[in-house]
Amino acid sequence: MDYFLTEEQQMIKEIARKIADERIKPVRAELDEKEEFPWEILKVIAQSDLFGVYIPEEYGGFGGGSFENCLAVEELSRACLGVSTSYAASALGAYPLLLYGNEEQKKKYLPQIASGRKLAAFALTESTAGSDAGGIMTTAELKGNDYILNGTKQWITNGGEAEIYTVIAITDRNKGPRGASAFVLEKGDPGFEFGKKESKMGIRASATRELIFNQCRIPKDRLIGREGMGFIVAMKIFDQSRPGVGAQAVGLAQGALEEAVQYARTRIQFGKPIITFQAIQHLLADMATLTEAARALVYSVARYIDSGAKEVSKVSAMAKVFASDVAMKVATDAVQVFGGTGYMRDYPVEKMMRDAKILQIYEGTNQVQRNIIGQELNKEGGRKKG
Amino acid sequence: MEPLREGFFAPRLALCALPRRRKPITAMHIIVCIKQVPDARQVKLDPETHTLIRTGVESIINPYDMYALEEGLRIKERLGGTVTVLTMGPPQAETALREAISYGADEAVLLSDRAFAGADTWATTYTLARGIEKIGPFDLIFCGKQAVDGDTAQVGPGLAERLSLPYAAWVRKIEDLGEGLIRVQRLMDDGYDRLELALPALLTVVKEINEPRVPSLKGKMRAKSQKIPLYGAADIGADLKLTGLAGSYTQVIRVFAPLRAREKEWLTGSVENQVGQLLHKLATRQLIPFDIS
Repeated sequence: MDYFLTEEQQMIKEIARKIADERIKPVRAELDEKEEFPWEILKVIAQSDLFGVYIPEEYGGFGGGSFENCLAVEELSRACLGVSTSYAASALGAYPLLLYGNEEQKKKYLPQIASGRKLAAFALTESTAGSDAGGIMTTAELKGNDYILNGTKQWITNGGEAEIYTVIAITDRNKGPRGASAFVLEKGDPGFEFGKKESKMGIRASATRELIFNQCRIPKDRLIGREGMGFIVAMKIFDQSRPGVGAQAVGLAQGALEEAVQYARTRIQFGKPIITFQAIQHLLADMATLTEAARALVYSVARYIDSGAKEVSKVSAMAKVFASDVAMKVATDAVQVFGGTGYMRDYPVEKMMRDAKILQIYEGTNQVQRNIIGQELNKEGGRKKG
Repeated sequence: MEPLREGFFAPRLALCALPRRRKPITAMHIIVCIKQVPDARQVKLDPETHTLIRTGVESIINPYDMYALEEGLRIKERLGGTVTVLTMGPPQAETALREAISYGADEAVLLSDRAFAGADTWATTYTLARGIEKIGPFDLIFCGKQAVDGDTAQVGPGLAERLSLPYAAWVRKIEDLGEGLIRVQRLMDDGYDRLELALPALLTVVKEINEPRVPSLKGKMRAKSQKIPLYGAADIGADLKLTGLAGSYTQVIRVFAPLRAREKEWLTGSVENQVGQLLHKLATRQLIPFDIS
């Protein structure tokens, strides 16, 4: 399908595809097996300018938006979701600065992120706070010219590898959700440590760690926006980033589909390639149709966000929930097309199936996405009535 | 691995003692010669004429030239300076130059003229040499060790001869680069040679030298708009008797597929068993002195 990309968008896609095919595919199985962080590949991505596609030119980026980010993410995910998660998590860490940072913060951090010299990460989740962001225990207390942070963040993508962290912490517990604030932290800040690296089912090339704040002292100008804006920051950046998760899902589904088609063309049973059997054709047909539908939705939402639309929570959640459910189904069916071979580690589809699962969980579980869509429908319905 | 041989190559016209201790140099002008070739992964041979079927086949930068370009870019990034890519070819070879810019080359020059067509390696080196004289002073010229379509490996060394430059072919590593001098490792069948060459010099490189980068977004943007000068025979002051078919000593009379006299046989079984079978086969053909299996 031709999505009428501009010349610049086509370039982004070409570069990301080249990196995926030439640099990621040959090593993805090894990265998965060894749970090795893909620094070499991230350096290549940095050199190719892809870390800056969604960052304005004045901060050293390419000046694109959510759609450009989606194009790069999709192509990288076609080869390895672990690598694309490491890439995309840096954008998630950058968005609070991009959307709510002041000029000094933007000037200081965004060029470093855009050039890929430094990775970023976003930290919201805790052992008591995931889907329920209200359960955050980490505190930030203003003392003189510094904030003192205490608490532990859990399952932070790029944790330990990133240099720049945007962190949500409670500044006033009495105010409930309005008592959270966003901060930017740097690796090496006094009292900022990392817990152990988690061992995961999938996206094993990506790094997931605890962030531990033990009397962590940062200057007060590290506050992003104003005190009390923490939840707004988190919700708004998820609105921006969820189509990116959708794009990851589309890329993974596309990769699984391509593997399944190639295998079905060469695997001979009953004297014929199995792709000649309708049972296989129908599986592949549904996989292809769902993947294309997911792509069309993700692209539409990303372009809608880039048009400057204000109310994007509902469609953003739709792009994430639909595409990630598609990715899970397509990856599972790809294993089915491969049969017993697909269950073995010699072929990439078993990894894709393990990787796909996280898409239904992170950046808001798919149940939470449906809550968001449902709540928005309720709001819209209420407005029509009145 | 220790080098097989060590040597020093100075320009023939300026044989002089070079200081062993030298200050690091800055800002080099590096010329990288590239060739546009059909993508060998897609090419098929016409069974009748044995020539390449080029229709519908994508053109790419000769893969060995990508290593040459990468090495030029790395030196530029380390020491500063500029990288100019140069090619001789039909007008559409401009695509290859634009691609080179997307990887990071600063300037590009296309040598294109009907009078250049049909050139063998001798006439090609003449035209390239005139083009390089037109471009102006330089410190280093890089070429790939050979082009994957012609496979002669003559143009790099031939160009060095034309320009009276010291050169090293099959360079696998640059060990040191200082004021007026470069030390390289030259890949040989049985190891490597370590050579020092006075600058300016020409190097042809093998794939062991580096891993070429991917193009950058900024490079691709620049490649789209950059002006690429096109020089014809008159622009570079070329003698038409020396270019193209007229200037070529060799002509391709016939292209044919060589007979494959080799046999291929796959051994199966355990490694020990396979080794036994192999030794037995070699011994029965009297290729090893006695049957030790």
